[in-house]
Amino acid sequence: MPDIRALIVDDSSVMRKIVERSLRQAGVNLTQVLEAGNGAEALAVLEQSQVDLILCDINMPIMDGLEFVKQLAGVSNAKGVPVVMITTEGSESHVVQALSCGARGYIRKPFTADQVKEHVLPVLAVKT
Amino acid sequence: MKSANDILAVSKEHADWIPLLELSAREVFELMLGCQLSQLEAAPESGLDITSMVGLAGQLCGVLSVRSSKESTALMAYKMLGAETDKNSQEVRDAFGEICNMVAGNFKNKISGLSEGCMLSVPTVVTGNDYSLHSLTDSPPLEVRLQFEDRPLIISPEVS
Repeated sequence: MPDIRALIVDDSSVMRKIVERSLRQAGVNLTQVLEAGNGAEALAVLEQSQVDLILCDINMPIMDGLEFVKQLAGVSNAKGVPVVMITTEGSESHVVQALSCGARGYIRKPFTADQVKEHVLPVLAVKT
Repeated sequence: MKSANDILAVSKEHADWIPLLELSAREVFELMLGCQLSQLEAAPESGLDITSMVGLAGQLCGVLSVRSSKESTALMAYKMLGAETDKNSQEVRDAFGEICNMVAGNFKNKISGLSEGCMLSVPTVVTGNDYSLHSLTDSPPLEVRLQFEDRPLIISPEVS
């Protein structure tokens, strides 16, 4: 497993910590974890930093996760970076919308570390 | 197959939602906190000094609230994070808000068609117990009474 720099986007700091722990439990070799509380903050982080993986909530204030993923297309530091949504929104339309916006994986809350492993490791394996 | 509206119409008997709500809460605690909830027979008369609320809008309108004690929520945060946290900290309130958020999301995802037609707000946490909640919905009051580590956990959907 290569070294991975991850950006975790969630308005809950507790959830960001849980996602980070789940990634480590999944065997992801995290060398750096950046955090953002909403999509706008995440875009600002990406202006300054490069990452290898983005985990993103959908329901957040200021800029939600779907809008964030749409705007990623115009961020040079995010080219080819896989995005996995982690959200309480479980409808098929949300899944389809997220994937059509460019997300590569979708995990519903509540989740287990095994589910994180199942959805994150494949997108890291095919990262371009 | 029933449409979402058919199911909601049937569920005007809001008591039908109780098992789904209970299952939603049990799954959240099992997957995110690694613990089992148990039944609580009688509502506690005191000690519920923290409330987390998530608003619902769309096909289901109102608020879902989860009430507990600060001591319990500190234990919940500990189980979620694996580290001790002061019961009055923002981190504990954040954890309790997320629990309410996940229970509400898991609940609406269990009602066919509702997950697309119902939006959730970000959670709000109220501390203290000297307040009254006055719902403007016409639905009867419902409660799911559970125990987390032998401490009461009351979940109330005030929705129509």
